[in-house]
Amino acid sequence: MSSYTGKPDPVTGRATTGHEWNGIEELETPIPRLVFFFLGAAFLFAVICWILYPTWPLVWSYTRGVLGTDQRSVVTRQVEEAAAERSAWTARVMDESPADVAADPALMRLVNEAGHTLFVDNCAACHGTRATGGLGFPNLTAKAWLWGDGSPEAIEETIRIGINSTNDDTRASQMLAFGRDGVLDTQKIDAVVAYVRSLSGLKPAAGDDAARIEAGRQVFADNCASCHGEEAKGNRDLGAPDLTDANWLYGSDAYSVFTTVYGGRQGHMPHWGARLSPLDTRILALYVHGLTRPAQ
Amino acid sequence: MVSQLTVSERQFALVILGLLAMCGLAMAAGGRGDPMGAQGFVVLIYAVGFAFVVMAGLYAPEPDDSRLSRYYDDPTKVGIVLTMIWAVIGMGFGVWVASLLAWPNLTFDAAWASFGRLRPVHTSGVIFGFGGNALIATSFHVLQRTSRARLADQFSPWFVLIGYNLFCVVAASGYLLGVTQSKEYAEPEWYADIWLVIVWVVYFLLYIRTLMRRQEPHIYVANWYYMAFILVVAVLHIVNNLAMPVSLSHAKSYSLFSGVQDAMTQWWYGHNAVAFFLTAGFLGMMYYYMPKRAGRPIFSYRLSIISFWGITFLYMWAGSHHLHYTALPHWVQTLGMTFSVMLLVPSWASAGNALATLNGAWHKVRDDATLRFMMVAAVFYGLSTFEGSFMAIRPVNSLSHYTDWTVGHVHAGALGWVAMITFGSIYALVPWMWKRQAMYSPKLVEVHFWLALAGTIVYVFAMWNSGIIQGLMWRTYNDGGTLAYSFIDSLVAMHPYYIARAFGGLLFLAGAIVGSINVWMTIRASRLEAAAGADADLPARPAGAVVAGE
Repeated sequence: MSSYTGKPDPVTGRATTGHEWNGIEELETPIPRLVFFFLGAAFLFAVICWILYPTWPLVWSYTRGVLGTDQRSVVTRQVEEAAAERSAWTARVMDESPADVAADPALMRLVNEAGHTLFVDNCAACHGTRATGGLGFPNLTAKAWLWGDGSPEAIEETIRIGINSTNDDTRASQMLAFGRDGVLDTQKIDAVVAYVRSLSGLKPAAGDDAARIEAGRQVFADNCASCHGEEAKGNRDLGAPDLTDANWLYGSDAYSVFTTVYGGRQGHMPHWGARLSPLDTRILALYVHGLTRPAQ
Repeated sequence: MVSQLTVSERQFALVILGLLAMCGLAMAAGGRGDPMGAQGFVVLIYAVGFAFVVMAGLYAPEPDDSRLSRYYDDPTKVGIVLTMIWAVIGMGFGVWVASLLAWPNLTFDAAWASFGRLRPVHTSGVIFGFGGNALIATSFHVLQRTSRARLADQFSPWFVLIGYNLFCVVAASGYLLGVTQSKEYAEPEWYADIWLVIVWVVYFLLYIRTLMRRQEPHIYVANWYYMAFILVVAVLHIVNNLAMPVSLSHAKSYSLFSGVQDAMTQWWYGHNAVAFFLTAGFLGMMYYYMPKRAGRPIFSYRLSIISFWGITFLYMWAGSHHLHYTALPHWVQTLGMTFSVMLLVPSWASAGNALATLNGAWHKVRDDATLRFMMVAAVFYGLSTFEGSFMAIRPVNSLSHYTDWTVGHVHAGALGWVAMITFGSIYALVPWMWKRQAMYSPKLVEVHFWLALAGTIVYVFAMWNSGIIQGLMWRTYNDGGTLAYSFIDSLVAMHPYYIARAFGGLLFLAGAIVGSINVWMTIRASRLEAAAGADADLPARPAGAVVAGE
């Protein structure tokens, strides 16, 4: 194609190749030297990489590269190094008692930083990014614990085994469906709902007169007190909530409480022991333990 | 359209459509209770619909033999219309899924409207619907003009075009029903894949047969690229879709590959789909319409050659850069990375060849939005190939991978390069095809250009910002060596960019709608004029004499 066969192009002065396709022609412009330079530079870069890193397949193996590196060993080493670096404080979290850790503000700053990210990545889907919960999911900043005494140890145990989870040791609880299963008729449910709502000083719903509340007291004593206690203060060994405080897991209006008594409730929390490391579980427990109600 | 087919061709078309309808009926009957059944009805309705079109013209008089001395442009014209329809559908779904990311509640609680089903409608709609129809339509045009030969026969161009669109319709309707192979850009299930193979073989044979009839001693560059597009896409499509159906009456199939081999096959396919569908095919388009519109010879024939072989050789190795830092062996990653870096040279040589071709025509670029579409396309081609090679470098990829940066990169290529070169080519082609001096409204072309450019820039900048912020947030550590940000933190940071992206996409979609109206009005003006008999005395064009202007 080097022989001149076409006419010169008036703009560039270069010859065309002499071919023409429906009016399109091509110039005989030589390939700019810059192209060869960059081709050489890119090839050089490639060759250097081929020498340094694993690259070319052989029959049963591959070229290992003079750096002797390999992504699997690199990432293993990096993970180990990072863990070793963190162990300056994580070892203390695991070795010292939770009370001692909670009493050390410098250590708790690191725990809370790590704990917040762990919480939002793993727990926020149900409990919310600020741990304030939602309908059916407890507000963890309210300190209204369903299980145990609210100590970091008790919280850690709940995280590890879950509630009504598939773990063999799971915390298990269930509120019966008093209405659906025919234990209480509608009138009695209305009464006990009125009574329970009166315990925390909620504004009585329409028709919740003193007589109904009084009738509810008896229904409560016969049916509910075995779990929630005579004083309705709940039972943290059974996961039975305190009914006298301002926390309402499934809503406090008369209709919601009626629904709860009628159909029963059985909350569910997955067990995280198989998914989170013992360290992460401990960090989360300490973080949740230290949560306070966010400013409104 | 039908009247230009011979009576025996019309009858043959009816036979093929009848067979297709029977396939659809068999699928509908055999696939009861499976998405296959609904897909069968789609095939049946499609085939019967076209059978009515053929039957309506079945008894029209035989066409004049003089048609054989002219180019066969009817399939190209229909292809252009389909291109614009798919552009609006595909980009419309794009805006929809972009909005879903910004406002996730927009699914209306309907399964078909969930992100996972709508997203492939968008990607297949723009890549296969819009891009594929544009490639088929322009390839028929370029092939005939640069070979100075009529398409080898009259039936197979229609089979390719209408058959290909059946694939697109079956694919898109299947996604909404939840049918997917879960392979990105290769989502359609086995029956759609087999159908596409049949269509594609006919396309390949048609192209080869027409090339063999060429009156030119040499094969023009554009045809190298179109041929590479057709040939390699066939290879990619067949290998990546090797799968065993659960049964002939079920839509579901299982891939022959598993684990890391499956991932590598998929991204060998995925990256070369970018290379040979979205790059090679559209470079073919650029090599014809840009010099034609600019009235300039190609800057360098030699540069065309090394770019072509550089691109075809190097791209094949690059797919593994999609799997950096995965279970894929390290050596495959190094190979993919180094070939991706070398790939930059022929890519920029192509972009440079295109831009240098405009030397002596820059005043036209300034004044003519159609040529400006093509110029900007070449610039975005250069930008996104640089970005692609850069992102293929392992340490860079460790930041960019799984972030919106990838999405931004893809759209710099898809909006800036693929769509821009297509719109530029269509604005050049439509007046030629419908015998008009110019588009209905050159002003609207200008409006479309600025909408498209603004939309692309808003989109790409939003995703660059979002992606890099996201990537950095994922790797930021606290003093204690633990992750500083949760995943939700990064989502909150991305939200404003998601809104900006949806807006950028909306601008681009608005441009496509303006373009569709302009194309439609141009066709309408041509028809009105034809009806008035204004061009009744246009001289017939002997094939050899058609040289300039198209």
